[in-house]
Formats: sequence, C-alpha cells, structure tokens
Amino acid sequence: MDTAAQLPLLLGLAWLAPLASFVAILFFGPRMGPHGRNAAWVATAAIVASLVLSLFAAGAWLGAHPVQVSHHGSGDVAAADTHAGDHAVDHHPVADSVAYSGDWYTLYRGGALRLSIGWYIDALTVLMFVVVTFIATCIHVYASGYMHDELHDVTDHEVHLSGGGHLHRPGRFPRFFQALSLFCFSMLGIVIAGNLAMVFIFWELVGICSWFLIGFYYERKSASTAANKAFIVNRVGDFGMLIGLMALWGALGTLHFADSQAIDGDVARPGLFSLVRPAAGGHAIRVPDGMVKFAAAAEVAKTPPAEVAGKIEDWRSMGLGRWLLLIAGVGIFCGCVGKSAQFPLFVWLPDAMEGPTPVSALVHSATMVAAGVYLVGRFYPVLTPDVLLVIAYVGAITLFIAATIALVATDIKRVLAYSTVSQLGYMMLALGVGGWAAGLFHLVTHAFFKSLLFLCSGSVIHACHTNDMRKMGGLARVMPWTAGTMLVGCLAIIGAGVPFVIGLSGYYSKDAILAQALAFSRANPAHSILFVAVAGGAFLTAFYMFRLWFMTFAGEPRDHHVAEHAHESPAVMVAPLVVLAVLAVVAGWTLPGGFGLPNLLEQARPVGTAEGMTGGFAFGELVFPAEHLSHEGAVHVTATLTAFATAAAGVALAALMYLLRIISPAVVATIFKPAYTFLAGRWYFDELYHAMFVVPALAVANLASGTDRGVIDRIIDGLAWTARQLAGVDAWIDRTLVDGLVNATAAATWNAGIELKKLQTGHLRQYVMFIVVGTVALFVLASLLFRTSLAG
Amino acid sequence: MSGLGMYGSAFPSPVPILAMAGGDGVSVAHYLVVGAILFTAGIVCMAVKRNALGVLMGIELVLNGANVNFVAFASPYLRGQGAVALGIDGQVIALFVILLAAAEAAVALAITLNFYNNHATVDVDRADNLKG
Repeated sequence: MDTAAQLPLLLGLAWLAPLASFVAILFFGPRMGPHGRNAAWVATAAIVASLVLSLFAAGAWLGAHPVQVSHHGSGDVAAADTHAGDHAVDHHPVADSVAYSGDWYTLYRGGALRLSIGWYIDALTVLMFVVVTFIATCIHVYASGYMHDELHDVTDHEVHLSGGGHLHRPGRFPRFFQALSLFCFSMLGIVIAGNLAMVFIFWELVGICSWFLIGFYYERKSASTAANKAFIVNRVGDFGMLIGLMALWGALGTLHFADSQAIDGDVARPGLFSLVRPAAGGHAIRVPDGMVKFAAAAEVAKTPPAEVAGKIEDWRSMGLGRWLLLIAGVGIFCGCVGKSAQFPLFVWLPDAMEGPTPVSALVHSATMVAAGVYLVGRFYPVLTPDVLLVIAYVGAITLFIAATIALVATDIKRVLAYSTVSQLGYMMLALGVGGWAAGLFHLVTHAFFKSLLFLCSGSVIHACHTNDMRKMGGLARVMPWTAGTMLVGCLAIIGAGVPFVIGLSGYYSKDAILAQALAFSRANPAHSILFVAVAGGAFLTAFYMFRLWFMTFAGEPRDHHVAEHAHESPAVMVAPLVVLAVLAVVAGWTLPGGFGLPNLLEQARPVGTAEGMTGGFAFGELVFPAEHLSHEGAVHVTATLTAFATAAAGVALAALMYLLRIISPAVVATIFKPAYTFLAGRWYFDELYHAMFVVPALAVANLASGTDRGVIDRIIDGLAWTARQLAGVDAWIDRTLVDGLVNATAAATWNAGIELKKLQTGHLRQYVMFIVVGTVALFVLASLLFRTSLAG
Repeated sequence: MSGLGMYGSAFPSPVPILAMAGGDGVSVAHYLVVGAILFTAGIVCMAVKRNALGVLMGIELVLNGANVNFVAFASPYLRGQGAVALGIDGQVIALFVILLAAAEAAVALAITLNFYNNHATVDVDRADNLKG
C-alpha cells in the first residue's frame, strides 16, 4: 500500500477512535464499572489508539519523505557548521510541498458546488496528529487521577444553596471522559479536514465541547457563566469566519484546500490554494479569476461572454477583487481570533479556568486555542500581505496586553491562562510577519510546555486546594517532582538556553519568532514596533513565569494551613508531568542528521512562501522576507542575544522581587498604583465589554420586553378588556331584557295558574253549581244576544 | 200537530214554552215542562246532596228529564221531516240514553264503592282529591 492510501486510512482511524469512545461512553458510560470508573479506560484506550495510529502515520510519512537536511538547523551551531558549505546552494531547498488530499464522503454535489468530508494531509497534519494525540493521552491519564472525586457523590462547596447548605450531587466521571473524547475527535477533525466547510463543522464542535467542559461544574454560577462566555465570544469570531467562508464560496465556488480529483461524473476542480497561488505564476499570490469576475460583475454584464476571459487580466491589474480576497482572509482570521483568544476576543480564555484543570490543560495547549493558529497556518497560502499585517498586529497587541495582565494576576491558573493568550499572540505575530514555520513550531513546543505547566498547576491545586498563589510558597520541599517539572516548563516557555549552543524547546521556537520579527522590522521600518513587542513580551514572560514559580515553590510557606496539607500528587498524575517535561526540553532539538521539527515543518511549507512576499495595497507596500533569511548571521545573532537578554532580565527581576525579596512587590505596586490597579483590573476589558455590549444588549432586551409588555401586551389587554366590557353589556341585555321577558311571561303564566288553581276546589257540588250557573249564564247571554233570531 | 203553526203565529210570546203550554189539551209543552222540572230537580239534587248516591240519583233525574224531552219531541216534531224517517228517533235516542245511564251508573257506583273502601264515607265534600 503506498503512502497516499496509507495515510488517510491511518489518520482517519486515529480521528475516529475518540468518536467511538464518545459513543460508547454516551450509551454505556454509567454502566462501565462502579460509578462508570472504566469510562476513563475506554477514553484513554481510544486516545492511545489514536496516538499509536498517528505514530504509524508519522512513520509512514517519514519513510516516504525523509526530513531533508537543510540550513534550518540554525539553532544548532554544530548542524549549521556541518552544512555551511551547502548554504550557497541550499537557499532554495524546498521542493513543492507534498500533500495528499481526497474525499471520503460527498455530502452534497450540485453544479460547481461540492461539500464533502475529506482529508488534506501534509507534514503539518501528521505532526499535529502526533502532538494532539500525545498531549491528549497524557491528559487522559492525568485526568483519570485528578477526577477521582467524581467517582462518588460530590458535595460542591462552591455552590451555596438557598437553604444554606452545599450542593450534593452524584459524581459525573463518565460524562467528563465522554466530553473529552468528543473534544479530541473534533480537534482531530479540524486538523485532518480537507476543506473549509469541514473545518467549520469541527470548529463548532470544538466550541460546543469547550462549552461542555468549561461548564463541567455547571451548578457553579461562575462555571456556567464562563462556559457561556467562551461559547458566545467564539460565536462573534465565527460570524467573521462565516463572512470569509461566504466570500470564498460565493466567488470561487469551492472550499477545498487542494485540487479535487475527478470523481464519478464531476470534473477535477482546482482548490483554493491553486486558485490563489496558481502554479503557472510561480505560486505567487494573485486574486483568483472568480473573485475578479465577482468584483467586476458590472463590466462582465456589459462584455460579450467570449471576451470576458481576455479581459480578466485587465480587471485584475485594476485591482478588482483584491478587497474580496482581503475580506476572505480577514474573515477566516476572525474565526481564529475567537478560537485562539486573540485581542479583542481573548476575554473568554481566562474565565475558561472554571473548568477542571485537565480541561484547561487540553484547551490551552493542544486543542481549541491551537485550532486557530493551525487554521491560519493551514490557510496561509490564501492570506494576502495585508491580511498578514492585520494578523501580526493583532498578535502583537494580544501578546502585550495578556503579558501585562499576567504580571499582577495572583490566581495560578489565571497567570497561565494569560500566558497562553500571550504565547498565542506570539504565534499569530510570527505567522503575520511571514514566519510560517516559526509560528507553527512555537505552536508545537508551546503545546508541550503549556500542557506541562497546566498539569503542574493542577497538581499544586490538587495539593493545596486553592488557586491563590499568595497562600502558597515553599512547596518545592513537599512536591519536588511537581516543582522540578514546573521549573522545566517555566524555563521552556521563557526560551531558556545557552545562546548558540543548546536550549529548551522554547529557546528554538521563540528565537525563530524573534528573528523573523526582526527581519520583518528591518525590511519594513514602519512596522518595527512588532519586534519591540516581541522582545518586550519575552521580558514580561520571563518575569511573570518566574514570579509564579518563586511565589509557589520557593521561600517559606505563607499559609501554614495550606502548607501542612500539601503533598506530592499520585504517580498517575506525576508520570504525565515527567513525560511532558522531557518533551518540553527536547521538542525543539534538531538532531545532527537534520531531523527535527523545523525541517519537518518545512516539508509542509505552503507553496510560494519560501522566498518571501511583497505586496499589499491597504497598508502600503509590505515586504515579507523569506524565512530562511532570518537564520542568517546578522539577524539571528541579534535576535538570539535579544531573547537571551530579555529573558535573563525578566528572571533576574523576578528573583529580586520574589526570591531574594530585595525589591518589595508591595512597594512597587504602591509606587505604580494606577498602573497596578489598571493591570489588576485586567485592563478593564470585561468591564468595557460589559458596558459596550452586555449593557446595550440588555438595554435593547429590556426595551424589547418593555415594548412587549408596555405596548403589545397593553393593546392586547385593552382589546380583551373592551371585549369583556362589551360582553358585560351583552350579558346585561340578555339577563335583563331577554331573560326578563321570558321570565315575566313564565311568572305571569305561573301566577295565573296559581290563581286559577283556586277554582279547582275539588268540591263536586260546587262544580255542579258552576256548570249550572255557567250554563244558565250562557243561555241568558245567548238569549239576550240572539233574541231577534230566536224570536224570528 | 198544529201546535207548531199555532204557536208560530197565534202566540207571539217572549217565553215560547209558556206560550206553548197555553194551548188546549196535553201538548208537547207539557212534556217539556215536566222534563224541565225533572232536569232542574236533578241538578238541584246533584248540587245539594252530599251523599254520592244522592248525586247519582240526581244524575239519573237529569238524564231522564232529557229522555222525556226526546220522547215528547218524537211524535209531532221529528215525524214527517224526511221521507225515510221511521218516526221513532226520539225513542231510539232515549234508549241510548238509558243504556248510557246504566253504564255510567255502573262506573259511578264502582268509583263510589272504592271511595267508600278507602275513606269509609260517601260524602262528596270529603272527596276533594281533585283539588288543584
């Protein structure tokens, strides 16, 4: 079986295994052992199966496409030196990237439109499958320990009933793993999707799964609110995504990434990538014919059909349709802004901490938030320079805002949440400045160390039963494994390493981002703020991460009550930490043979982006330097030194304030009180959105309900009242006049009967007298009246 | 026979019966007077007697008073009025009346007997069950 047939089979099965687990737990979950204990095994088995299949797929991929040795082993001086001689010829090492695509099932086909469930598999897909399933496996194992409280009846101390007690409810162990399985299935669906419609389907599935999981403790008001918030904020982004989808669908009539095969009765059709970057034009980006015709609809109507094709070039050179491509790109990016918690839609992510910690780890590392960055990476060929600039600035703003908020947060999970937002900003910025491989590289390394950090924080919370770092301290003594692995995570996220020699995974990916940002800033001096944001962000990251570590693990315990109860977590929770810590160290390494993530990613590099891009009309002429240029000496050395210096400065400052306590944080907070308050208030984004959207929405709702009650209901009530009054009058007429007449007749008859009854005495002799008298009277009467005739 | 004609022309009296009795010999008018007396006596008997048997007797008197009239009218009045008449119509009707009277007496006596059985009296004033 060749690779083209093997990969869809392997990855398709890997994708469907969690679905099988979901269905099984959905129907038989509560019956799986006592309290559904075995649901964890089912879900874990499914995700392990996915992982194994993904690894097989990765093996198949690497067997067919060995990772090339290229100049990209730049972080590794030894590797770079080995291939120094190749540099001159190796600047254009990347052949057309290899991707397999096809359809499993066609949902709808009519005219030029085709909707299908299909696959698009390249090195990025395979890599994401391995990363997602691996981290999900760790989290499944960890969660089967972390969620053991759900195995029996739970008393939720955070839910206060109106009666004064706490909520007492049955455990929901199977339910948790059921949602987790569906979550993995949805995420893998996004990764494998062969067209944007399928992406959108699984996009929404991820959204609903996050709603289930964040709102797992749905009796808690905060949890249900956070779940709703995550869901609604994501809908805002998805609205933009729908606009983008419609722009593509309406103008191009296809949502397939790759060219689709000719299948029964349908001709082969070009996909989005080859429409936007036709091979004929050297894969340079250009506005597709469909969009040009769409934008030039007025001219097309005036032109004879035969001449339309000839005029398209003219219209394209006039710039027709480029706005449509811009809208499509920005629209799709809007969806990514929501999913990946970018400014201005990042507010949902910190609140999403209300879910159980394994969920936070999964949502914030390998799934959900990764989906947005992944989609930007996947959709990269269609993004024009203008869109990329938007992405870069959104990323820069996000990373700066989130990093500053993380500086003052005291909830351990919130620090990590804002750090996630900030790191996602890094990725977006990297993608936006042309660092395609750098952004996705960081996505992968971040997935490892951020899931590690979250699981560590979960371990700490598990031990301390509080999220508040101000009550922790000195935990390194009682929780050595957690402290050690978390230190690895912190070092990885700040990009620690010995410059030019070796470092943790974050060192490579962050360096790549810095280098690309620097190269971009040099090429476009007007946008050099982007490099400042990245460098400043690196400093802030180092500061708040070590602030977290020092506050939690170093020094003396601040709260003896907490410290006494603290203990190391069980092995089932520690084991994933160690595994992830190892990966957080080595994920970025490039082996001497050239085998490493950056080179693997190069295989999936979107066509036409290797040599950089120039262009842009909305924000002036932009130059995107080729990514490999950022690994050149001048740029690379500066970037590496900047990264090292900023990170070191951040760690040093954190050590001065929280470890050595030479500078008192309280004093600093007092001196910069307005700034501190502003940051502690999280830039007041929640309040701003509350005032801008929630309050007006509620006002409109109140207005509508007021209109309903005050006007519509009033009118109806008035009509009803009038009808009632009329009915009253009618009833009065009926009762008084009609009934009166009838009753009066009846009464008169009755009374007459009563009176006449008196004649009926029953005395026989009286009757005789009456007869006699009557007869005589008649006779007399007749005699008098008819006297004449009788006489006559 | 000639009484009618004589009555019709010779005695234009406001009371025809008396006028009829004013003729010579026994005439229809005499019978009618006897019938009227019988009738009146029967009526009075019915009206004043409290004994049910007395009332029944009054009824007999009334019926027989009527019978006298029928018989009295039979010979002079009804004869010869039609070619097919037998001339005994008054007597036939009287026989009917007697028959009816007998039947009526049987029913009435049965009622009376039952009434007596139920109330131990035949006083019609006590029989006011038909009171409205």
